[in-house]
Amino acid sequence: MPVLCSSCAEKRAVMKRPKTGHSLCKECFFWAFEEEVHQTILAAKLFKHGERVGIAASGGKDSTVLAHVMKLLNERYNYGLELMLLSVDEGITGYRDDSLETVKRNQEQYELPLKIVSYEELYGWTMDAIVKQVGLKNNCTFCGVFRRQALDRGAIMLKVDKICTGHNADDVAETVLMNILRGDIARLRRCTAISTDSEGDGVVPRCKPLKYAYEKEIVLYAYFKRLDYFSTECIYSPNAYRGYARTFLKDLESVRPSSIMDVMHSGENLSVREGLKMPVQGTCDRCGYISSQPLCKSCVLLEGLNRGLPKLGIGKHHRLLDKILSEQPLTEKEERKLKAVDF
Amino acid sequence: MCQVEEEYHEQLERAAVPSVSKKCVKCKEGTAAVVIKAGDAYCRECFKEYFIHKFRAMLGKNRIIFPAEKVLLAVSGGPSSCSMLRQVQEGLSQNAHNKLRFLPGIVYIDEGGAIGQSVEERQRTVAELCAVFKAAGLPFHIVPLEQVLDLPTSVLQATGPSTSERPASEYKAAVDHFIQRNSSSCLTQGEQKEPSLPDVQEPHTQSLQQLMLSAKTLTAKEDLLNTLRQHLLVHTARTEGYSKLMLGDNCTRLAVKLLTNVSLGRGAQLAQDTGFSDNRYGDIILVRPMRDYSAKEIGLYNHLFNVASVFNPSLETKTSEKASIQRLTEGFVTRLQADFPSTVSIIYRTGEKLQTACKSSSTGDHGDRCLLCMCALDSAVDPASAFHMTLISEQLSQIKSSGKTDAELPRPNQGQCCSSGGGEDCGRAASGGGCCSSAKVTETPNMKSLLCYSCKLTVKDLSSPDHLPLYILSEAQRRQRRSHMREEISEFLLDDGDDGD
Repeated sequence: MPVLCSSCAEKRAVMKRPKTGHSLCKECFFWAFEEEVHQTILAAKLFKHGERVGIAASGGKDSTVLAHVMKLLNERYNYGLELMLLSVDEGITGYRDDSLETVKRNQEQYELPLKIVSYEELYGWTMDAIVKQVGLKNNCTFCGVFRRQALDRGAIMLKVDKICTGHNADDVAETVLMNILRGDIARLRRCTAISTDSEGDGVVPRCKPLKYAYEKEIVLYAYFKRLDYFSTECIYSPNAYRGYARTFLKDLESVRPSSIMDVMHSGENLSVREGLKMPVQGTCDRCGYISSQPLCKSCVLLEGLNRGLPKLGIGKHHRLLDKILSEQPLTEKEERKLKAVDF
Repeated sequence: MCQVEEEYHEQLERAAVPSVSKKCVKCKEGTAAVVIKAGDAYCRECFKEYFIHKFRAMLGKNRIIFPAEKVLLAVSGGPSSCSMLRQVQEGLSQNAHNKLRFLPGIVYIDEGGAIGQSVEERQRTVAELCAVFKAAGLPFHIVPLEQVLDLPTSVLQATGPSTSERPASEYKAAVDHFIQRNSSSCLTQGEQKEPSLPDVQEPHTQSLQQLMLSAKTLTAKEDLLNTLRQHLLVHTARTEGYSKLMLGDNCTRLAVKLLTNVSLGRGAQLAQDTGFSDNRYGDIILVRPMRDYSAKEIGLYNHLFNVASVFNPSLETKTSEKASIQRLTEGFVTRLQADFPSTVSIIYRTGEKLQTACKSSSTGDHGDRCLLCMCALDSAVDPASAFHMTLISEQLSQIKSSGKTDAELPRPNQGQCCSSGGGEDCGRAASGGGCCSSAKVTETPNMKSLLCYSCKLTVKDLSSPDHLPLYILSEAQRRQRRSHMREEISEFLLDDGDDGD
């Protein structure tokens, strides 16, 4: 018995929306999905007319759909934005070089300028080399910290006013859960914000237009629109702590589909009690990037890598960091602590 | 390596003997009996001291229970609440200086009707618990959950803070005063009359079961049961003259509750749901003195010192892992704790540092409180919020113009106020109740405006809100009438809010 689309009631429904459970035909789904992103952009006032916007493109499903939808909405509603693609090459053989091919294809399809920045040129280290030194447990920290700065540097090179990333509802909900599990109050406060504050030089404000789109709907959209993307798990990621939060969120979604929005709603309504000490934003002494500590995390991690002490930025070795910076020699025991690598 | 004729040339090292006969880390004398946290081995006496001290410190630090106050202990029969009962007993029986100075009573809510237990099973459990309570020597009340159907609407009306909520600065003065007055006499609680075990009417049980059945998901059932239980507890406290209610939630359970509530959309109410004191009801303050104890510590104490507890099955007993969000979260936290032993304490400490971000009036105006959970409403008007986006999604996925509601369309059938009439379909989830001209109580669109985000989800999962107890439905109607009144005269009102009902 064919089920009719619950929006137009004319065509046959071809899919069921994970978000609300309604059955929709292709066109109505496209329209609903695009319209929701448009409403998000309007309600949160993400862009101004005439801005140069960099789309952080990794070649994965989120950024492919983001590029497609941004171009579409830009034309449909006359945002007046100048769009371009920005991509980061972490130097992971077999994973990143494949996905970069997708980005290059996207560039041709959407006729958008593309800029690729790599860890090699910015820091002198590829992720492959880093993993060889660090092992498989804490490598995601390195990649994430370096990528953040890489995106900003790339954005400055391209002279964009804003970056938009493809973070979706599942990502934000996972982050809320992960921050609760890790007790990271400072991040908990900031992680549900749809755009970042834009103070300081060297920092480009970034936003998440897809913040309220479910991951499954993004895949459905890409599938029905026949968008091509690269879909493999990063080979170095299986041990990340985020995986626990992700599994839990997926289970929650299977019990109650609205859970993802519920978690986000909870996150948006949390704030920190008054009187608690919070980190203050300053700048790094060495590179001038924003940082809440005297040295930004990238510099600390790089220092550790260059000296062969990979655990320098991981865990709490403050005293040891001070010692190193003031050129004092470390005792053997301390060196061993910083070198210890678990595979 | 293990050859027969091999000779060992090196000295064999003495392997470190696993610590069976370790000494207590605190007094360094007694033999260790329990290991609490990583590596901390305590002897029996030190453990007992540690346990009791924690209880006192929790009460003393928060300075919320004043001398001679009547405090109701909500005991479910489980290990945490029985342990709490024992701590209160111990505290009352000590000699003058450290004695607990409040007047406790016990209440047990018999939920057998909602779970589907037989009358015999329920009576058996009640008899066991009566024995435990009698041995404690405190006045106790056995209240069947069926009584929730007869509650007055005053339960849902938060009264202002009564005389029981005195500022902490008065605490020391109050204690000194009390000690001077009562140095010779001891606290008496009056005649302890033998409480009669109330008779449970069969039709009441059936109504309760019908209500439970109307909840389509186990998650909604549990949430509803929690709400009803809390209402009944508060009502009992009010009618029997108690000003504080002590709940036996321990640290592990609170960590699970925190994560569950975040998953249910109750982030705004975190501080009240999991904090030490909860003042949403105004005159009755809910207190959680056991919140610093992990489930393991309570289990060890109960075992070592013979604290009696009675097992009571709940809605979740013997259900699968993914049966409900509560069950899923419990499994998740327990498993994570096994790999990362500090998980529970981190979650607990995170909860302590958080509070609501909603800007709303604190007390007084009932229009700002959720009908079911009595917390401040968190349905923000902010257009760039998750709540608003869910409304937009609903709108975009449904028929825009009015048309006949097709039985085939898999749409949630709550929120369509005229679905019973079979005519027009209002479409928008947040529309006013203007089209429902009937005097029926089930005006679901407006009920949505009376509920907080997560209570809305619970009510959405009910097949029909008709089965909700009368007091909830009447209060809903009353609030709707009042808000209509307000709409009519809104242009003439100078002050916005602050006039309580």
